[in-house]
Amino acid sequence: MTSNQLQHSKNSLGQQFFTFAEPPDEMFLESGARLGPVTIAYETYGQLSTSRDNVVLIAHAFSGDSHVAGCLTDDQGEAKPGWWDSMVGPGKGIDTNRYFVICSNILGSCMGSTGPAAINPATGKPYGLDFPVVTIGDMVDAQKTLLDHLEIDSLLAVIGGSVGGMQALEWCVRYPDMVRAAVPLATTMRHSALAIAFNEVARQSIMADPNWCQGDYYGKKTPDLGLAIARMVGHVTYLSDQAMRKKFGRRLQDKKDFSFGFDADFQVESYLRYQGSKFVSRFDANSLLYITKAADYFDLVDKLTTKESIQDLVGASIKFLVISYTSDWLYPTYQSRELVRSLKRTGQDVSFCEIAADCGHDAFLIPDERLSKLIKGFLGGVAHG
Amino acid sequence: MAETMRFDLQIIASWIEPGSRVLDLGCGSGTLLSWLKEHKEIHGTGIEQDQEKAADCIARGLTVLQGELSQEVQDYPDRSFDYVILSQTLQQVYEPAKLLSMLSRIGRRVIVSFPNFSHYKIRLQLLTRGQAPKSEQLPYSWYDTPNIRVITLEDFRRFSREVGYAIIKETAINTHHHDRQGHIVRWLTNLRATYGIFLIEKQHPDSEAPKRG
Repeated sequence: MTSNQLQHSKNSLGQQFFTFAEPPDEMFLESGARLGPVTIAYETYGQLSTSRDNVVLIAHAFSGDSHVAGCLTDDQGEAKPGWWDSMVGPGKGIDTNRYFVICSNILGSCMGSTGPAAINPATGKPYGLDFPVVTIGDMVDAQKTLLDHLEIDSLLAVIGGSVGGMQALEWCVRYPDMVRAAVPLATTMRHSALAIAFNEVARQSIMADPNWCQGDYYGKKTPDLGLAIARMVGHVTYLSDQAMRKKFGRRLQDKKDFSFGFDADFQVESYLRYQGSKFVSRFDANSLLYITKAADYFDLVDKLTTKESIQDLVGASIKFLVISYTSDWLYPTYQSRELVRSLKRTGQDVSFCEIAADCGHDAFLIPDERLSKLIKGFLGGVAHG
Repeated sequence: MAETMRFDLQIIASWIEPGSRVLDLGCGSGTLLSWLKEHKEIHGTGIEQDQEKAADCIARGLTVLQGELSQEVQDYPDRSFDYVILSQTLQQVYEPAKLLSMLSRIGRRVIVSFPNFSHYKIRLQLLTRGQAPKSEQLPYSWYDTPNIRVITLEDFRRFSREVGYAIIKETAINTHHHDRQGHIVRWLTNLRATYGIFLIEKQHPDSEAPKRG
């Protein structure tokens, strides 16, 4: 929707596209539905080694995109830094002088890959709610097809935070022979009731917007208000009590006294309103519905619909680095520890570190020398091991 | 690199067979693990409670879990390791018998080291001053010591016999807590050694009587 026209930068070839599953050979989804054609937007950084053994796949979080590093210039001439530019680049934690980094936009999103805003070949109009429900496993299968196309059959590492961490774990259970190492950050192996609850509030706020029209709003008025409120809820879950106290406290926004009305008196209100309205310009409301649902369905402990689970790692030999943050209340440390326990039981080589940080779930996206050092050392150990 | 390692760790390292699977409990900044990885090509895992130390280890490319050791050891399948190392920690463990039993489940052999509480200097302090002894190995007062278990070499031998661990190797040493230098004590060990290092193995009911190493 927004970034298709981005220009090349010197570190990357810019956004590229790969289309597959042309009818009648559609992709089979976990739900049993079929989808095609499927386009995946992706970016690559660094050089693929001659033995093709230096590939690092980065999986983005729910509202992310393929533009993980470097600076791209959009059609308005505005520079857009990558969402993990502090981590990925020459000499950085994920060193693009050593590794060939691939980041693709997830299936169901709106940042270049096929999602509910794409054209349904059956009708010639955007899918809307006719887009089939996709899962984290489907996102991973689409990435696998992209790697097949790029003739890559081994990943040095798959790395991701939050919903990206779920993809990293799903990669390990689906394709254990392809993955040498995985770094799931600030994530979980099953979505908790709390996480589902917040997602449901976000979805309901979109669906309650009169402009939503059962998802059929393309080319018409869009459900901006519902989407903005959904994002406000999201931002509350990405912060923490501590983070909000530190960042805003009870400070007032550009005023000395209460308005005795319903304007944004407090800085925290103003911040959330700003984040909500900013999000509307870059994200599609239906994509939020689909991606949050995929996260809610995610459960590698008891998979209801398919046979894959964390137990499938028995016999595999993957090196894991699991990282959690002390102030993450969306995917708290106890959930990472549960993951670590399961990995140990299946005989995997697992490292774990809980990083002390007061900025909540979003901590993994914030530049942090500690995380860069951890990932750099871990990847170095995998490459030499 | 061996000369930069603590003397007791040098002895422990010399006991490890090349290519083994090793679990180091309370691995600190990973000195022993990285030495073993480099010189004996072991597959090592460490457990360390301190976040910064655990992070240092991971950044060195070692496999390390940040966590509390009596919790972390529970989830490994039986015989996951050839050696489990509990170095200078036994005296701080709340339930040492339970921990050792867990360690002998997940490891084929367990290496345990601890400061010897029956060293003659400690005995003399208690005898002459009538106060809880302090030494370079056990420098704390009664009210702030993390060393909640008082162990002597003889106590550990007796414990092993009673619980059913065969002592495969035993080395008594005279060294200070952080020293790279030291020497092996060969006679009157319970009186003269500051530390004891034991290699033990769970005895199966049908196996022979324990041998002294």
